[in-house]
This record gives sequence, structure tokens and C-alpha cells, in this order.
Amino acid sequence: MDFHLSKEQQMLRKMYREFAENEVKPLAEEIDETERFPAETVEKMGKLGMMGIYFPKEYGGAGGDVLSYAMCVEELAKVCGTTAVIVSAHTSLCCAPIFEHGTEEQKKKYLPDLCSGKKVGAFGLTEPGAGTDAQGQQTTAVLEGDHYVLNGSKIFITNAGYASVFIVIAVTGKTVNKRGKPIKEISAFIVEKGFPGFSIGKHEKKMGIKGSSTCELVFEDCIVPKENLLGKIGQGFKIAMQTLDGGRIGIAAQALGLGEGAINEAIKYTKERVQFGRRISQFQNTQFQLADMHTRMQAAQFLVYSAACKKQLHEDYSMDAAMAKLFAAEAASDVTRRAVQLFGGYGYTREYPVERMMRDAKITEIYEGTSEVQRMVISSHLGVN
Amino acid sequence: MAFNNTDLAAFKDVWVFCEQRDGKLMPTDFELISEGRRLADELGVDLCGLLLGDNVEGLAKELGGYGADKVYVCEHPLLKVYTTDAYAKVICDVIQDLKPEAFLIGATNIGRDLGPRCAARLHTGLCADCTHLDVDMGIYKDFLHEASTLDDARIDGLNTAMVLGEKHDVSRDLKMTRPAFGGHLMASIICPRFRPTMATVRPGVMKKRPFDQAKADACQIVKPAFELSEADMETQVTEVVKAAKKLVDLIGADFIVSVGRGISKDVEGGIKLAEELAAELGGVVGGSRAVIDSGWLSADHQVGQTGKTVHPKVYVALGISGAIQHKAGMQDSECIIAVNKNESAPIFEIADYGICGDLFKVTPMLTEAIRAAKAAK
Amino acid sequence: MKVIVCVKQVPDTSGKVAVNPDGTLNRASMETITNPDDMNAVEAALKLKDATGCKVIVVTMGPPPAEGMLRELLAMGADEGYLISGREFGGSDTYATSQIVAAGVNKIGVEKGDIVLCGRQAIDGDTAQVGPQIAEKLHLPQVTYAADIQVDGQDITVKRMLEDGYMTIKVKTPCLLTCIKELNEPRYMSVGGVFEAYSKPVTVLDYEALKDDPLIDATTIGLKGSPTNILVSFTPPQKGAGMMLEGNDMATCEKLAGILAGKHII
Repeated sequence: MDFHLSKEQQMLRKMYREFAENEVKPLAEEIDETERFPAETVEKMGKLGMMGIYFPKEYGGAGGDVLSYAMCVEELAKVCGTTAVIVSAHTSLCCAPIFEHGTEEQKKKYLPDLCSGKKVGAFGLTEPGAGTDAQGQQTTAVLEGDHYVLNGSKIFITNAGYASVFIVIAVTGKTVNKRGKPIKEISAFIVEKGFPGFSIGKHEKKMGIKGSSTCELVFEDCIVPKENLLGKIGQGFKIAMQTLDGGRIGIAAQALGLGEGAINEAIKYTKERVQFGRRISQFQNTQFQLADMHTRMQAAQFLVYSAACKKQLHEDYSMDAAMAKLFAAEAASDVTRRAVQLFGGYGYTREYPVERMMRDAKITEIYEGTSEVQRMVISSHLGVN
Repeated sequence: MAFNNTDLAAFKDVWVFCEQRDGKLMPTDFELISEGRRLADELGVDLCGLLLGDNVEGLAKELGGYGADKVYVCEHPLLKVYTTDAYAKVICDVIQDLKPEAFLIGATNIGRDLGPRCAARLHTGLCADCTHLDVDMGIYKDFLHEASTLDDARIDGLNTAMVLGEKHDVSRDLKMTRPAFGGHLMASIICPRFRPTMATVRPGVMKKRPFDQAKADACQIVKPAFELSEADMETQVTEVVKAAKKLVDLIGADFIVSVGRGISKDVEGGIKLAEELAAELGGVVGGSRAVIDSGWLSADHQVGQTGKTVHPKVYVALGISGAIQHKAGMQDSECIIAVNKNESAPIFEIADYGICGDLFKVTPMLTEAIRAAKAAK
Repeated sequence: MKVIVCVKQVPDTSGKVAVNPDGTLNRASMETITNPDDMNAVEAALKLKDATGCKVIVVTMGPPPAEGMLRELLAMGADEGYLISGREFGGSDTYATSQIVAAGVNKIGVEKGDIVLCGRQAIDGDTAQVGPQIAEKLHLPQVTYAADIQVDGQDITVKRMLEDGYMTIKVKTPCLLTCIKELNEPRYMSVGGVFEAYSKPVTVLDYEALKDDPLIDATTIGLKGSPTNILVSFTPPQKGAGMMLEGNDMATCEKLAGILAGKHII
């Protein structure tokens, strides 16, 4: 196994870090406080190729690899969980399914603007009655002549308020599964902002990642041209599951960065803060805490990077992505909580960023499959069912 | 006769390039003439000013008042406004004819354009942005005892230097001392094999002598021959614009109140508090590099290695941590007062008086207390 | 038209600066960066490339690891890199460095229409000498402290900053300009640029490659070619700490004002 980053990846790490420090970190507190989507940052990231890292240049991508993308999300999350998830949801949940399942026309039509950041992407699967259970979908799509008519709604959709391109999962009919049991036929669509009958609903107020726009999607006799079907009819469930596999690498990388960012803050603070006449970094509790925190995040990094490399090599990475997300998310929640503790009272105030990191980290255990769902995925890969 | 700049004995006298802008001498001219006087005395030679311009002869006598024995005046319409082409040509030609052994230039934006160009053409050494100059070994060693952490034995051994494998006696060389690496290191540079030895000298560092009218009257004015024509000009100055805003005179100020990163939570408020304190003291506002780089104050306010070197009577540092590059520009202030909420900020290591507290709370109280103290006098 | 940018890799003096017991700089322990003013020169060149499609060539003199810096500049958008590197060049002062870099630029070739850009000064030495000295060695007109550069064919108009204002200077190509931070905001590397950086050409120019240039011989490079010598380098002593006043309230301020008044400072 090769644990070394390529020269390009090392250079990218430096580039991401400079960008994150100079452009993202200064806004992190404000966009959390005011729940503002950092559109100006998205524009800058688009120009630098950060909104389409692992897609080929012919579609406007940067021609990179999946690990380079995961590292980007990681470095952004070190200073701002919101900015990291914007990139992750856009790349993994919108660009990736178009690139992996779209027709040549769809790729040529949508990817260049998405990869350049001119347009932001989002993904609509979750519904009020169907989160983890994709079979509970209520949104329907009915073919009428040259277009589909969509009805229903989606909730908790990341990037929704600022996105122009949405991957939407809907029920297109009934079918039977392998065992002959009747199930819903599910398909995927590319829906553009501005399609008649499509609107953005309620904006959620969240505990963390407050600058990311999380809204409801509402379809009321929404007209979607026939050619905007993504993949074949009935492939929607498979597309959604594969998309989430890829998305988990992004979220795992976000969790990884949040944990690492909290450790960076804690190291800096404990070397400055004096109690009982000594810097608190001189206390063994601080030293052992930070040793454990770093070890956990380092282990998470191996899992995340390994899943990213497997995806790059087109190996089956579904279980790897689930393990990476499960471990990184739980590690991030633990590590950010411990960072707050090391800061003491200051850690609980908004004067320091660790409380924000702790709030941001919690969602990584929930979205794109809760930790419980990851355990289901992993155990089913183990044949334990 | 060909110009042989390795025939060291053929060179004598200390020269100072006297920069004029818009027909007015620059403050650095008087600083350098004053300093050059000392060096010329140590060498036992004349001190000469070199003044270029158009219709500038009238300025020459004043230079005598600060110590010049002689002023070489080169006048030509093409020398009215500074251009690298014309100035470098005339200066190099005159130097090759008259052979000074040391040539000092103020390290202004113009001096630092002109100096290296001339040194490259004359094939000689130039030391940039010097803050200390010596010839006399005794004075030089006294300076090192005070300004360095070198031990006595090391300083005593500095009479000679190894130059290309040979022992070289440095007693008649100009020892040019300058900061490097953002002020973390100082170095004394010599130019042992070529003449003239050239230095640009940081403005505001050398002390101006009192003006001596008798010396001014005695100052000799010489007009050396030179050739200059349009054919020598490769650049053309189409306009010279003075900054509309009055620039802050940090160098001449007796009281400076400087702000640092500590004002970040309320930049305008912090600057206003500093202005109020400065007004009460009768001084001006300065800033650290962080403040200038963030665009909170314009570059003419910057104190430090990359900004101005100041030595006011009182320097008040508000929310300045005291990075070494800042200290390099203000540590010679007569009295340093620091306000910082971090009790371990390095600024407290050099402050005469320190208050650990929030500048937004302390500054207005300090302004008030000083006002009251002055009123009580 | 092409733009040749001379850059230097320097220790980051804004971070921790470590000094050896003998008073020399412990370079090994310090981060290296591209000299900040040189980044403005690179950005100015890339802006010209954006506007005119001209080629941008970056040149540095330094040890072999400086290639990493050149690759980063290629990732920002520069087209080619040249690394002037050789033991023979070690120990050069600004004069000898200028001779060597000028010879390197000669090797690339300066033609009508070309511009050579440098940063104003490097943060390690702060001399601001190498730019003008390269210009002299290449017999090019120079404009230093450029805060704005307008190119119109062969004619270049530069806003040259002075302490108390600025000059507008017209100069024809080829010429050398030194750039200051007011000129622009350097761009980041781009992701796509990073993936191209290692396939762009970087040429190493060693002593062999440059020795036929009239500027280069044993007496013009390295220690022998350096007119200046360092007599001694040293660290300045720290000024001793003064008095820390108790508290931070009105009484503290009144006490300080009292001391200042007592000493007739105010």
C-alpha cells in the first residue's frame, strides 16, 4: 500500500490550505452567525477549479482525482464546515451522478457550468416520510407526451436555495423485485431551477453548518423534459444509492477536517493559556487528550483516503465509504466536544471557533445516511443479515 | 586614463548624493551630510555633496552648514526630474573622473533605484539600507559592544577579515551595518577590494547636526564637467503627482500612538481612540504591518522593518503583539508604553510601562488621565 | 511578446526565525515561501498573459529544491521555468547574483516586446538591488516600485511610487520593472493548474550552461565575484522589560500619567 501523496496532491494541499486560511476562515464566524450562504466563496472556488475537481477537462472539470477532491473538502472543513459541505453536496450529489449516469448531451449541457461554479448543484432524495428508507418515496413523475410531470416535495436539501441544477428522485411506476414482491419503480431526473411548477419551500434553521442553505423542494405539476431523465427508467434507486456512496466520502472528509481543525485550535490555545502558573499544554491531561484526538483523526484519515482511492480505481468502495463516514463522523463529534472541554468556559463562547466546530460536526453523523445506516451497510457487506 | 576601481589609493573623499525633489532638498540629505562629516573626519578626508538638478546651485550652501566642505553641482534640464537613465549616467561619469572612496545615498525610493544601478555600472559593492556606518575601529567596537550580543573576544578580533583567503586589514574600510531577515539579524558589510564603497542609508536613522552658518559660507561649490543628451534617455517621466492626502510624518514625530491587530474587532473605533490619544499627546498615529496589510491604515503609517524606523519621545503600542519586525522600527523610542490584553505579548519585553488590558477600555481612560495630569501641571 | 519573471525562494521571516549560535540563520528550520513582492511580479505577468496570450517564463537562482517553487508558479499559470543552480554560484552577493541571473535571462533571450519583471525586494535581505542590477547588466531601462503597469504594444506606462506621491513613466520594451504589493493581489494556484504543473518544462541552468555568456567567468560569480564581504553578523540584544503596571482601570492610567508627568515626558 502506498501511503504517500503524489507531488500534485501535496501541492494541492498547500493550495487548499492557503485558500482556506485567507478566503474561507475569515468568513466562517460571520456566515455561521448570520446563516448566510457564502456565494462569493463559491464563485472564487469555481474559478480555481474546486467545484469540479475530479471530472475530466472536456466537461470543464479540473482533471483531478477523487482523493484530491476529498482533501479539498477536508481542508475547507478545518476552518469552515459550511463551505466544505457546499462543495461536497455540489460535487458528489449533483456533478457525480450526471457524470456517471448522464448521457453525453446531459454531461455537455450541465457539467461545464457546474464545474466552473457558475451553477451550484443539489440532490433531492429525502422526503418527510422517506429519509433513509428510499422505498417510502411519495414524489411522483408521470410521463405525458414529451415531458414528465412531477408532484411532491423533498426536504433537508443542501444548497437548495442557491442551486440551479437538482438531481431529483421520484416514483415513476410500480414493478416487482427479484423475489416477485411489488415495489415502487424509482427514477432520477435532472431538474433546473425555473422549470414550471418547481419552487423552493421552507428554509430550515439548523444547529450547525448554518451558512449552508437547507430548504424544501416543492413540485406542483412540475414540467421536466423527457430528455432530463437521468439514467434509464427504474434505475433511480441504484443511482441514488451509488450517489450516496460517493457522497459519504465527501461527508467523511468534512468530518475529518472538522476534527483536525478543532485539534489545531486546541493545540494553539493550550500552548497560550496559563493556569496555575503553567501553560495548560504542560498538563498531562491535555497532552493525553490531544494524543488521543489526533490518533482518532489520523485513523479516520486513512479510512477516508482509502475509500477515495478505491473509488478512483473503480473498485467496489461502498463499504469503505460507509466505514469512513461512520468512523470519521463519530470521531469528529468526539474530538470537537473534547476540544471545547480543553478550552473550558472560553470553548463554550462564540469568541472561539470550537463550539461552532462541535455543532457542525454533529450533522456528519446524520446526513447522507446516519451512523446507524452506515452500520447497516457495513454489516450487510459482511453478510450479516 | 581608464577607470581602475581596484587601485584603492587613487580614491579619496566621502561623497553624499543629495537628493532634491521639486527643487527642494530632502531631510535625508542633512542626515547623511551630518553622518558623512563624521566619517570624513575619521578618514581625514573632505566631505562632498553631489547635487543634481536644474537650477539647484542655490541649494548647495545649506548643505555646507551641516558639514559639507564642497558640493559638486551638476545642472541640466534633463536632470530636473529624477530619471534612472540621466542620474546614473551623470553620477557614474563624475565618480569615474573624481574618484571618491565612499559614496552615500539616502535609501529613499529614488536612492534605492539609483544606488544599485550605479554600483553595477561601476563594478563595486553597495550595502543597502544601512542603519549604522563606521570607519574608526574604536567607535565601531563600542557600537558592537552596545548593539550586539557578540562577546568581547569576538569583537576584539574584528580588526582583520579573511578576503579571498587573505588577511585583510579593515581599519580604513567603511563598516556598513544593516538589519536582515526582518531585523532578526544584523550584519556589518565591507567592500574591501573596490572603490568607491557605496551605501544606501535608511532615512530617519542618522542624526542631523546643528546648522553652522560659518561652515555654510565656507562651503565650496564645484561644477564638474559631464555630458548628457536626449540620446541617453530611455524613460520619460510624463507627470509627477504629490499625494493629495497629507502624509503622516512619523519620522519627525515626538509622540506616536500605534495600533495593531488588537483593533480588529472594531477597526474604526480603535483608530479613533488612538487618534484621540495622539491628539492629546500632540502626536500622530502609526500602525503595525498587520494593520497596513489589512488596509486599515495607509502605508505611510507603517512602523517597523518594512515601514519606518522611529524614535519618538513616547511610543504607545495599542494591541500590538510586538513581532520582531515591528520592534525593529520602534525599539529605540525613548519611552515605550504598551497596552495589550495578552500578558505574554512580546511587546511587554521591551516596554518601559505595560498595562495588561483591553485597549478599547484602557485607551480612553489613559487619554483622560493624561489630559488631567497635563491640566494639573 | 513574452514576460520573464525573476523570483526568489526565501525563508518566511514572518514566522519563527531561528538563529544558530554563531549568529547565522538556521535556514533548515524555517518554512520557505516565494518572496512576496515576486508574487506580485508573477501576478502582473499572468495578467498580461490573460490579456494578450503572451508567454510567461519564471526564473530563479537557488538550490535544487527551488524547483518546487517554480512548479507552484507553473500551477498558477506560468508556462516555463528556469532554475539557475550550481555550486559555483554559491556565496554570491547581490552584484554577483545579478550577473548570474542576467546571464540566465540572456540564455532565454530578451527581444523587442519582452518585459522582465522582478519583485521590489526580497524579505530575507531586503536589499532591492538585484532588479536594477540585472537591468544594468542586460542594458535594459528600468522602472522600480511599479504600482500600475499599462502595456500598449511596445509602449509601457508605469505608475512608479514615491514616498510622497508617484511618477508616471513611459518606457519602451524590452525593459525591466520591479513590482510592489500595491500592484495587484496574487492569484492562487488552480486545481487544473496543479495537474498541469509537472508536465510543463523546467530547465536547469548550471555553470556549464551559462559559462559561455560574457557576463560569466570565475571572477564574476560566487565569492570571488562579490565586491562585498560580511565582516560579522550578529543578533541585536533585546531591550530589557520595563515596569508592568498593576490593574487596567482608571487608577492604573492615572498612575501612568503621573509617572510621565513626573519625568516631564508630557
